[in-house]
Order: sequence, then C-alpha cells, then structure tokens
Amino acid sequence: MPKARVLIRPKEGILDPQGKAVERALPALGFEGVEHVRVGRMVELEAEDPERLGELCEKLLANPLIEDYEIQTL
Amino acid sequence: MIWGVLQFPGSCDERDALHACEVASGEARLLWHESRDLDGVDAVVVPGGFSYGDYLRAGAIARFSPAMEAVAEFAAAGGPVLGICNGFQVLCEAGLLPGALLRNEDLRFVCRQADLIEERSGETLSIPLKHGEGRYYAPEAVLDELEASGQVAYRYAPGHNPNGSVRDIAGVRNEAGNVVGLMPHPEHAVDPLTGSTDGLRVFEAVAAAGARG
Repeated sequence: MPKARVLIRPKEGILDPQGKAVERALPALGFEGVEHVRVGRMVELEAEDPERLGELCEKLLANPLIEDYEIQTL
Repeated sequence: MIWGVLQFPGSCDERDALHACEVASGEARLLWHESRDLDGVDAVVVPGGFSYGDYLRAGAIARFSPAMEAVAEFAAAGGPVLGICNGFQVLCEAGLLPGALLRNEDLRFVCRQADLIEERSGETLSIPLKHGEGRYYAPEAVLDELEASGQVAYRYAPGHNPNGSVRDIAGVRNEAGNVVGLMPHPEHAVDPLTGSTDGLRVFEAVAAAGARG
C-alpha cells in the first residue's frame, strides 16, 4: 500500500508553549542562534487511497482551527 | 429530570458527575460510550478525564464514539448537554461548541480552586479546576461573535485565569444555548464538605436551558 507521512503543526500565530520551552532550553546546552521553534507531530501511515488523506486530516488527524497539516506521499 | 453521564474508557469524573446530577435533580445514570441509545435521559453530561487516552488531541477520538453521535443528534434536537473539562474538549472537537482547547500557556498541569464569573448573572462561583490542556482559543472574529451573542458562559475572575485562555474564557455555550462546556469542574463543588456548592448552579443552568428549549 502507498506510504504517506502527515506533518501537523500549530497554526502560525497560535502560541506554542512546547516550542517556546524547547527554544528556551537550547542556549543552556550551547545551541545559540535557534529561533521560532514549533513543536508538532508526525503520523506515518499506509493508505489504499491517498486521495482521501486530505479528508482524513481535516476530520481526525488535525484540528484545522488550530493546526496546519502537510501530506507527503512517499 | 433524568441525567445521563457518558462513560468513555479513560473517563475519571463520571462518578462525581453522577453524584452531582443526583444532588441537583434526583436521578442520573451512566451511559456507555459504545451505545447509541441515550436511555431516554433528559440531559447529558460529557464528563472529565482522558477519554481514549486523549491520544492525538484531547477529545479527538471520543467524538467519533457511538454515544457521541447520539449526543450530537440529541443536542441538535435541543436537548441540554453539559461538557466538563475533557467533555468540553470533546464537544469542541465534535463541532458542537465553537473553539478549541490548547496546552496551558505555561505547560503546567493546574489543580486549584478558582473564581468564575457566570456571565448572565454576573455572580461569582468558586469551583475547582484541574487540567493540562485548558487554554481556550478561537479566532478573534469568532470571539467577537461569541461575546455579541452572549455565548461566553463563564469567565475566570480577574487574576484567576490559570491557563492563558483568550479573554479569560472558562466556558461557552452554543448558539441555541442548550450545549454548554467549561474547563472547571462543577461536579466537584456540590457539597459543603469539599468547600463549595456553587457547582450546582452550573447543573441547574443547563437543566433550565433545556427546559426553555
């Protein structure tokens, strides 16, 4: 079955406290100059009909009010 | 009035909700998530907890349960529905209430008593809250609409916003007014023994909304 990867991230403009926490931790570890960290999630799946992945994302994998998603077919 | 309280795998406040419903109006029963039959109840509580482990997003999977399909029909027909904490998240995910609940601004799980303002009466209620993902969010235009149409049901009192919710919103109702959701836990505030009985006001308000409909 065709494989796909869905990347889900907080919409631009929505406060992402996880991203902020990661960003704040980096300088203490010696990683300077890293900005705009956003933490999302990735879903890997195999789908018989990759055409339907958009609908699947809209309905379940992402909440379109607060998250953007990106489908990568592999 | 007979209340039904949904029970999902991972619910943890359904027993307190059941007790609160009984204190508020006499009769209540649990409704299993796999059943589409609401057993003839007059009002439904979607309780707190971590339905289906809160996998993916809080409430995202619970909304597809047979019981929630029945609740959506029940709500569309004007039946009163109260979503508490995880139940509020479920109702938002199901599109029965506007907005979404995000991770608390400071990433901390909060557990404390808080003052809420009941928007219609202007009265202050003392009710406990406990959540890690309770930051209410909706786009600005939606918030303006909610305010204009009186759909903001509860607001955290000044200085009591525990999670960074926009405009201090703790709870909202749908346009028709029969579906209400809030992050704080009125079911834990129905006995003087635990410090406050203000939670009963929330149950009574929902029951009244159903009666009006």
